[in-house]
Amino acid sequence: MKMVNATINHINITVEENTSILKAAKKFGLNIPTLCFYEDLNIKSDCRVCVVEVEGRKGLVASCSTPIKEGMVIYTNSPRVINARKTIVELILANHDTNCATCVKNMRCELQNLAKTLGIDQNRFPSVLQKCDIDDHNPCLVRNPNLCIKCGRCVDVCSIIQGTSVLSILGRGHETRVSAVFDEPLSENFCTFCGQCASVCPVGAITEKDDTDVVWKALTDHNKHVIVQVAPAVRVSLGEEVGLKAGTIVTGKIVSAMKLLGFDRVFDTDFTADLTIIEEGNELIDRITNNGVLPMMTSCCPGWINYAETRYPDILDHISSCKSPQQMFGALAKSYYPKQAGIDPSDVFVVSVMPCTAKKYEAKRDEMKVNKEYPDIDAVLTTRELGKMIKQMGIDFENLEETDFDSPFGITTGAAAIFGATGGVMEAAIRTVYEVVNQKPLEKMDFKELRGLNGIKEADINLGGSTVKVAVAHTLSMAKILCDQVRAGTSPYTFIEIMTCPGGCIGGGGQPYGTTNQIRQNRIDSTYVVDANMKFRKSHENPEVVALYENFLKEPLGDLSHHLLHTHYHDRHHEEQKNAYDEGNH
Amino acid sequence: MIEMKLISKRFGKINPLSIDEYIHFNGYKNLKKALMMEKTEIIEEIQKAALRGRGGAGFPTAAKMMGLAKEVSKEKYIICNADEGEPGNFKDRYLMENDPHQILEGMIIVAYATGGTKGIIYVRGEYQKSISLLKWSIDEAKKKGFLGQKICNSPFNFDIEVRSGAGSYVCGEEFALIESIEGHPGRTRVKPPFPTEKGLFGKPTLINNVETFSTIPTIIEIGGNRFAQIGTLTSTGTKLISLSGNVKNKGVYEIPFGVPIRKVIFELGGGIVNDRKIKMVQLGGACGPIIPEYMLDMIIDFERFEEFESKTGAGAIIVIDDRFDIFTILLKIVRFFQHESCGKCTPCREGHIQLGNIIEKFIERKATMQDIVSLESLARVIHQASLCGLGQTSTTSIISSLKYFRDDYIDRVEHSERGQTI
Repeated sequence: MKMVNATINHINITVEENTSILKAAKKFGLNIPTLCFYEDLNIKSDCRVCVVEVEGRKGLVASCSTPIKEGMVIYTNSPRVINARKTIVELILANHDTNCATCVKNMRCELQNLAKTLGIDQNRFPSVLQKCDIDDHNPCLVRNPNLCIKCGRCVDVCSIIQGTSVLSILGRGHETRVSAVFDEPLSENFCTFCGQCASVCPVGAITEKDDTDVVWKALTDHNKHVIVQVAPAVRVSLGEEVGLKAGTIVTGKIVSAMKLLGFDRVFDTDFTADLTIIEEGNELIDRITNNGVLPMMTSCCPGWINYAETRYPDILDHISSCKSPQQMFGALAKSYYPKQAGIDPSDVFVVSVMPCTAKKYEAKRDEMKVNKEYPDIDAVLTTRELGKMIKQMGIDFENLEETDFDSPFGITTGAAAIFGATGGVMEAAIRTVYEVVNQKPLEKMDFKELRGLNGIKEADINLGGSTVKVAVAHTLSMAKILCDQVRAGTSPYTFIEIMTCPGGCIGGGGQPYGTTNQIRQNRIDSTYVVDANMKFRKSHENPEVVALYENFLKEPLGDLSHHLLHTHYHDRHHEEQKNAYDEGNH
Repeated sequence: MIEMKLISKRFGKINPLSIDEYIHFNGYKNLKKALMMEKTEIIEEIQKAALRGRGGAGFPTAAKMMGLAKEVSKEKYIICNADEGEPGNFKDRYLMENDPHQILEGMIIVAYATGGTKGIIYVRGEYQKSISLLKWSIDEAKKKGFLGQKICNSPFNFDIEVRSGAGSYVCGEEFALIESIEGHPGRTRVKPPFPTEKGLFGKPTLINNVETFSTIPTIIEIGGNRFAQIGTLTSTGTKLISLSGNVKNKGVYEIPFGVPIRKVIFELGGGIVNDRKIKMVQLGGACGPIIPEYMLDMIIDFERFEEFESKTGAGAIIVIDDRFDIFTILLKIVRFFQHESCGKCTPCREGHIQLGNIIEKFIERKATMQDIVSLESLARVIHQASLCGLGQTSTTSIISSLKYFRDDYIDRVEHSERGQTI
């Protein structure tokens, strides 16, 4: 790589040619403020907050998109630069609802931080904001256009990472806005509710629909027996909400915090992740041995299910009929659990803590009611919402003692733990399917080729003497590649895992803000640490799962399993989502 | 006469629908000549001619051509920017409606010299007559073997297609234009990479203005050196001027660079209607500077225009007489840009509405000295920090008016509170 010399604020620097001024400055200890820039996303150069002065150039240049050339003389803090930056932020604030104290992103807002950093004590420009309606017509996401600063990050993740293009930039000039097509609500535009837009939004323009009040209400209702399940990916990310390092494993502290919040029982979604593996593994074996529809595709990701039902209704037969771990838990929590505990199922209030916004939609689906009248899952909180409740309660999270999950859904395996990372469900399934089919222990339990952040990963597995190919995709743009093969009948795979979010659930749309590939990797690394440290690492070895089959379900894919743990999908290609799932509104 | 008709020489003399009349008037002769030349030789002639882009930015045409020629790609696009949307400019329409084959000939020569494989003329949506004329002319040229396979029996293949926008001003900006052809909303892209590296559909692309392409055959005909002797040292050749406003003879005039603005207004334009006084003259179009009457002796030349921290523009001269108030003119300009901004970058998207609001205060006689400071500061930030040429030039009128018409501002502030008229 060719190195070039330049100066930044009179300091000599040597960097690789074509490094952006922004990156170079950072390397030498100088953070140029940014707004539309987001690590791992496209360089847009739109907000112009990162402008700097380069000698010999008439205008100011955006440091994010300008490569350093030999001999460049750069000033990041000249009066001209400071004035431009301030002016730009003032202009944004003049077209933004600045009631910061009552904003959902108060104290976590990048615009607010920027205004503070730049010392904007007053705005020279009067407000020109024309208030628009808030889109909260779905159970997952709220879009408040009055807060949008048109940075385009959400559009990037929606169109480039996910390939769904639900959000785009409409209009021009002062009428420019981020919206779904024809300014219709997200719910009418086949939004998958993955929430990646919310996770990159620098302000409060797209957030998850807040369900903390519903949960607080249940927690203070003495007639309710309130239980909670915690998803695998939450234990490696919640720490970030309280200021801990990305990837810190906080499983035991979460349980303690939940007890302090007032939950009657704290269970582990990992338990039903193990159960999913038993059911899904047996379904796969059944499909292979009985000439069923192959490749089989995983079903635990609700964003993916939304995507398939709206974009690939013709391949729904390929998707496993297994409910997701969240919904398997819900079904048991409203049937098996109340029976065991001697409680009326209608008194049980089930809360999920998920890294996901689409789980809020999944929980409201009509199919997810074993008692037909009320939903199996009563409320879904994202990791961020749990973090908010922990702060509201005044819990000193970092110094909490660790507590074990409650029984009967408390003992889990490493196989379940890795559900949170892309490739994890596949690896967990293989650990079980291999042993069931081949009737011998799996020697090498770690499938490294299925781990990590590559878009599509493959492996060859020996099952009953023949080799089958499996594949793993994360992000919907990658999923599309595999779906197109399935649709065309050219898929070389027997089993396919699909996760909507980059990195899998650890990179979910409900995870702590500021997620980058580096942070995803930290969370993934911790996920496999959790796995390696477990007593049991294969789902079929989970003694509580074994006991559940013995005492209740009897056998995988049996009648009761079918009733409680399996579901079906709908072709929603032509359907108005609005009408179908109206109860989710408002 | 101060006119010099190099590229407008056929205007009114041939039927633009007739390729035969064009050929009869030395048409396609220069293409045949160019096809006999080495490709590098053609670019050298254009370099000797010191031809600079006629679309407004004045970028050296030969440098662009060299940039495209050195790219290795199976497909290279040659785009003619005919999205003439700048208020006060209509010379491209004259070129298209009076001498369409001259544009085609220029494009084919440039394509031959640079390895271009496909040509596109992107015509402003409102120019329906130009669009149909160009389409007709392309068909005629194909029939005669000037376009298509084996042009003039040489091994060179090239084709041209007409595309049009839906009337967005910013689509005249090269990357917005490319996005528009690709089927996307007209919004600019981040540079680098530049179009010659990665342009239309990610392929190397050269974009020139209609007038630039129209000038190419003349350069081939008379040679770069002779062309360079026309005009001034830094601005060679001729320029089409769109003269409009309160002049007697509005129209398009071709003059060599170096002619004073006053001569254009009075000798070609015949002076001001009703012989009123000139209040101001806007140069280049809506994105150009506004100058007072006493500056009209400045010559039309790329270098001289740099004084305004702006570009020459496409050669419009808009004359405004003393019945008009500078602030109402400025407001019209700002509201135009507020509407036409693509909305991608902050200063341009959010800035124009604020500029307009400040100018309204002057019109309503509510402005203070602080408003002058705010207006100037904001106009400069939009000028310096915007992403593309639109925002970088949209405030030239304001910045220049603050320089040359500062008395009007101060007067308006001083006479604000008492509500006196000026």
